[in-house]
Amino acid sequence: MNEIKTDTDLAIRMRGVTKIFGDDPQSALELLKQGKSKTEVQAETGHVVGLDNVSLDIARGQIFVVMGLSGSGKSTLIRHVNRLIEPTAGEIIVDGTDVLKMSLEELRTYRRNTVAMVFQKFGLLPHRSVIDNVAYGLEVRGVPKAERLERAAKWIDTVGLSGYEQSRPRQLSGGQQQRVGLARALALDTDIILMDEAFSALDPLIRSGMQDQLIELQKSLGKTILFITHDFDEALKIADRIAVLKDGAVQQEGKPEDIVLKPANEHIEEFVREVNKARAIHVRTIMEKGDFEACEYTVPATARCEEVLPYFAEHQWVGVTNDQGKQIGRVTAKGVIGALARYTPGVGEG
Amino acid sequence: MFPEIIDTRPWRRAIDDSLNWVVRNWGDEFEAAAYPLLMLLNFIEDVLIATPWWLIMAILVGIAWLATRRWQLPVIVLVSLLFLGVMELWEDAMTTMALMIAATITAIVFSIPLGVWMSRSERVRQVVTPLLDLMQTMPSFVYLIPTVMIFGPGKIPALIATIVYAAPPLVRLTDLGLRSVDPAVMEASRAFGTTPSQRLFGVQIPLSLPTILAGVNQTTMMALAMVVIASMIGAGGLGYQVLQGIGRLEVSRGLFAGLGIVVLAIVFDRITQSFGKQLQAKIGLAETRS
Repeated sequence: MNEIKTDTDLAIRMRGVTKIFGDDPQSALELLKQGKSKTEVQAETGHVVGLDNVSLDIARGQIFVVMGLSGSGKSTLIRHVNRLIEPTAGEIIVDGTDVLKMSLEELRTYRRNTVAMVFQKFGLLPHRSVIDNVAYGLEVRGVPKAERLERAAKWIDTVGLSGYEQSRPRQLSGGQQQRVGLARALALDTDIILMDEAFSALDPLIRSGMQDQLIELQKSLGKTILFITHDFDEALKIADRIAVLKDGAVQQEGKPEDIVLKPANEHIEEFVREVNKARAIHVRTIMEKGDFEACEYTVPATARCEEVLPYFAEHQWVGVTNDQGKQIGRVTAKGVIGALARYTPGVGEG
Repeated sequence: MFPEIIDTRPWRRAIDDSLNWVVRNWGDEFEAAAYPLLMLLNFIEDVLIATPWWLIMAILVGIAWLATRRWQLPVIVLVSLLFLGVMELWEDAMTTMALMIAATITAIVFSIPLGVWMSRSERVRQVVTPLLDLMQTMPSFVYLIPTVMIFGPGKIPALIATIVYAAPPLVRLTDLGLRSVDPAVMEASRAFGTTPSQRLFGVQIPLSLPTILAGVNQTTMMALAMVVIASMIGAGGLGYQVLQGIGRLEVSRGLFAGLGIVVLAIVFDRITQSFGKQLQAKIGLAETRS
């Protein structure tokens, strides 16, 4: 449980980050430190607490999802990482550098080279063609024209928009526009990518396709991705780790399964109740390890419960294999049902 | 009768005296400062008058074609210009056009930077907005008289009066255009590490260009509205013809010259508007799925 992480494993480290919106944030900060709640501070001073003492460790190469309802402060949180919003208090370390101590010029260099961002409302430049949009970050960075267009073309191809290079953003559908936004961020080849509800404005089917594409890209590129969403299903699908945010404070942080199987409080339990647990839980967390007789059906340990379910129509249990394809255990129908039913109200041991 | 609370006569005297003092001691300096304006106006006027009429017609018809890519507007422009020629108003029209163009250029040079400044600072906007209101509502004769006293009758006060009257809409629309650029686009640009000037010239100005162009259109129209008043203090052109028509009770002369002003207004209004529409389509603010 207590893995010791050195700072070099961490892409982003936030400590006690607090943001209060208003004319005199320091006085409101005092009240907050005295233990008053967000609503109390707002009633007394008229200041809005955006973030309340948020501490997060985001390791390299992860998809880290921050999940929360609207008004939970998740968009405020992600804007602290590239300092589009200045915190009232706290510390933000990215790649070992204190972001808050940067001068304006250093901050610009940091934004150009270290963090790229994808926006919910796309934020494309309507007067530029698709390829010029994708090349925008490189242009700001000062990359020569021929090179940046070549790199932009490559990323347009990667996100599947070949042939649209000379189109205007307005001529594309929402999903295509967000692919441009994604390509624009990827073209910068930064270690960290911030995605602010990047898929929330898209239709469910297109969203699902984009999620798959993001997971693929992450596997091949190994970027650190900080992803914001209000959709718990989306969080479970793509996340290596999830932090749940409410009223600007982190409620729980952990692996997707931990959050589904051991929700920390009422609020998170409410989310879990609504969610497709079969998709969230990996086979490896509920399998029985050991030698069992070989089964005609097998699934890898990284599979989700959802993928196992069809086999139970034929069989009482299904074999589980490791990376090499060797059977290392099994999942039973009983085990799966137990895991799925655990937190359904009034059923099971609760 | 409203009771007399204080005696305002000393105030008025102070204002009148100080104006006289300025005229006496600084008149030459003011005239020297305004000399570039006069040069600009004279240059444009000389060029327009020296250019053969058919070349000017060809240029304006060509611009109209570029602005719309249709035949309607070029035909309207051609007919309008032919009207000016047939009615023997060509030279006066060129003089008026020169005044309008000089006023517009000067207004652009001053107004766009001022609009940019306003869009970035709430305080500047609070100071400038009432000034613009004043410039637009103050009857022009009120500031015409001091300008004539300082510069003497002639083209300079006429040009200055035209600029004062015509510049405000351009300042306002520049400010409005820059501020109404989609904040999501501005934020995205910021997130990529742009400098303020990269954002201004790369994002804000291109995206607000249609609005700024609407301001230029307003400025040309308001400059034309001033030509009669400008001709009272020494600017020639169509306005002078109107004035003469009134003075000699020659209704026809006033009517034709007045129609000449209308015709010029139509030509420049339609051309700048079409460029605005074309720009909007290019930026993709208007729906253009062809």
